[in-house]
Amino acid sequence: MAYKDEQLSEEKVFKDPVHRYIHVKDRVIWDLIATPEFQRLRRIKQLGTTNLTFHGAEHSRFNHSLGVYEIVRRIIYNFRDRPHWNEEKRLLSLCAALLHDLGHGPFSHSFEKVFKLDHEQFTQDIILGDTYIHDILERVAPGFSQDVADVIAKTYSDQLVVSLISSQIDADRMDYLQRDAYFTGVSYGHFDMERILRVMRPIEDQVVIKATGMHAVEDYIMSRYQMYWQVYFHPVTRSAEVILSKIFKRVRHLYDIGYTFKVAPTHFMSFFKGKADLDAYLKLDEAIVYYYFQVWQDEDDAILSDLCERFMNRRLFKYIEFNPNKQMEAWMELHALFRETGIDPDYYLVVDSSSDLPYDFYRPGEEEERLPIHLLMPTGDLKELSRQSDIVESISGKKRTDHKLYFPMDMLDQADHSETLLRIKNILNGQGAVTDAE
Amino acid sequence: MLSNHVKLMQFFSDIKVVAGRKKLQKMIYILQACGVPFEEKFAFHKFGPYSEELSLRMEELCNLGFITEDKMEKSNYVQYQYTMTSDGVAFLEQFPLDMPDLHPYVELLQGKSSRFLELVATMLYFQDLSRHEVQQKVHIVKPKQKYNDKEFAEAWSLIDKLVQ
Repeated sequence: MAYKDEQLSEEKVFKDPVHRYIHVKDRVIWDLIATPEFQRLRRIKQLGTTNLTFHGAEHSRFNHSLGVYEIVRRIIYNFRDRPHWNEEKRLLSLCAALLHDLGHGPFSHSFEKVFKLDHEQFTQDIILGDTYIHDILERVAPGFSQDVADVIAKTYSDQLVVSLISSQIDADRMDYLQRDAYFTGVSYGHFDMERILRVMRPIEDQVVIKATGMHAVEDYIMSRYQMYWQVYFHPVTRSAEVILSKIFKRVRHLYDIGYTFKVAPTHFMSFFKGKADLDAYLKLDEAIVYYYFQVWQDEDDAILSDLCERFMNRRLFKYIEFNPNKQMEAWMELHALFRETGIDPDYYLVVDSSSDLPYDFYRPGEEEERLPIHLLMPTGDLKELSRQSDIVESISGKKRTDHKLYFPMDMLDQADHSETLLRIKNILNGQGAVTDAE
Repeated sequence: MLSNHVKLMQFFSDIKVVAGRKKLQKMIYILQACGVPFEEKFAFHKFGPYSEELSLRMEELCNLGFITEDKMEKSNYVQYQYTMTSDGVAFLEQFPLDMPDLHPYVELLQGKSSRFLELVATMLYFQDLSRHEVQQKVHIVKPKQKYNDKEFAEAWSLIDKLVQ
C-alpha cells in the first residue's frame, strides 16, 4: 500500500478538553506528530504572555495544532459526498491543518517585531527544508511538501482547501476561540461549532454557510469580538508584552554596542546578527528564553536586569488611556522629564496601540478587501453575512482601536520627590486614571 | 512611538486622496516591496497581499481624527475614500520622520485601477520566482481575473520603473 494511503492498525485518539477526542487514523499524520519539529510546539505557549493575566492560559501550540487538524477532519468528513469537494485533497488538507503554525517561536509576536522575523516564513522553511517533516511529506509524493506549504501560504491553486484553514470562518479560528476560552476560564468564546460544521458547504473556491445557520455564525462573530477585548487585548497582557519587547530590544542593543554578557546569549546570536538559520530557530523554545530572562536578572546592565526581573516576577507597568491627537504635548513633555530623572523613556514610557497587536475582526470585505463570510440563500444566491445579520453589521461598524501609555509607577514612587517627579506625576494623573496592571 | 502611523500619514501627505481600501492595501504593499520601510505585515489573501495591521492602523488614524474616511456609494458597491485632516497635518509636523521621498512612487501608482494594482502586488509577492513562473503563479492563484499579456507587460514595465 502506498504510504499516503496507509492507515494505522488501530485508530489513535488524543483526549482533548475542547473536542473531547482527536482521531488519527492516517499513518502520515501520526508520523508528522512524532517529529521533533512538531513536538517542539509543546514548548511554545499558544497565548504567550496571557498566562500572566489568566493563569490557566498555559496551553500550547501543540494543543491548538491538533485541534485545527481535528476540526478540518470533521469538516472533510461532512464534505465527502458533496459537489465541489475533491476527496483527493483530503490528506493535503489534514497535513496543512496540522502544520499551519509550525513556524511559531517563543513569544512570537514580540520576538518577530524586534528581530524582524516572520513565523510564516519559518513554517515554509520547516516544511520545505532539511527536516523530518519535509522527509515525511515527500514520502507521500514528490512535491507534496510544496503543496502543503502553498496551502498554508494561501497560494495553492485550490482555494477551497485554503479556505478550510484560512478564511474568516475557518478551523484555525474556531479552534483557538474555544481553546483560549477554555484555558483562560472566561465565559466568552463559546459558540455552537457542531451547528456551524453541519451548515458549511463547499462552493467552487470557498466554504459558505447555509443561511439557516446564520445565528450560529453570529455567535461565532460575537465570540471573536468579546475574546479580543476581554482576553487577547487585555491591558495587563499588553503590559507584559511591552516589557517583553523591551527586553528583546535591550538585549539586542547591548549586543550591538559590544556589551559583555555574564552568560553569553548563545541561542540568540544568529538573531542578533540578522542571519537566523533554521537550526537556531528550532532550538529556541520558551524554556530557553526563560532561562536567559532568569540569568539576565543578574546582569550589570540596570535596564536589562530590571526588565527581566519585572517580567519574571510579574511586576508590570501601569497605564493610562492615551489619545495621541489630544495628549501629544503631554507625552513629549513626559519624554523629556523621564530623561531628566534618569529613567530612559525608550524603555519605560511606551505607547501601545491596538494595531501593535492586530487581530482579525470580521470585515465584510467591501471592494474585495478580503473575502467575507457568505451565506448560501435558499435561492442559491450568495449574500455577505453583515448584509443579512443586524448583529454582525453593528459589530462590523464598531470603533475598535485604543492607545495606552505604559510606565513603571513603582520606579517613580521610589525616586526622590524632586520637582521633576512631581511634574511627571501631575501630568500622568492629569491625563486620566492611572490603572494598575493587576 | 507611533512611527508606523506617521509613515502612513507621510504617504497621505503625498498622495492626498486614496479611493478604495483595496487600492490602499496594494499601494502600501507595493511600496514596501520596493523597499519603502512600511512595517505592516502582509499575508496572501484571495485578492492578493493584505495586511490586517494596515486595516487596523487606518481605523486608528481615522478614530484619532488624522485621516477621514468617506463612504462613497457606487452603482453596486461601497467605496471608502481616505484623506488627511488638518489635525493630521499638524501631527505630522510634530513628528518629522526620515523617510525616502515617496513622490516618484506615488506618481507611478496614482491613477492605476485596483485590478491593476492587485496584479502588480501579486507579482511582487512572488518576486523570488522567474518572470515566467510569476505569470504562471498569478494565473494559478487568480484564475477568475484572467489577466492578459498586455496587462502583464504593463505590470512588468511599472515594476521595472518602481525598483529602479
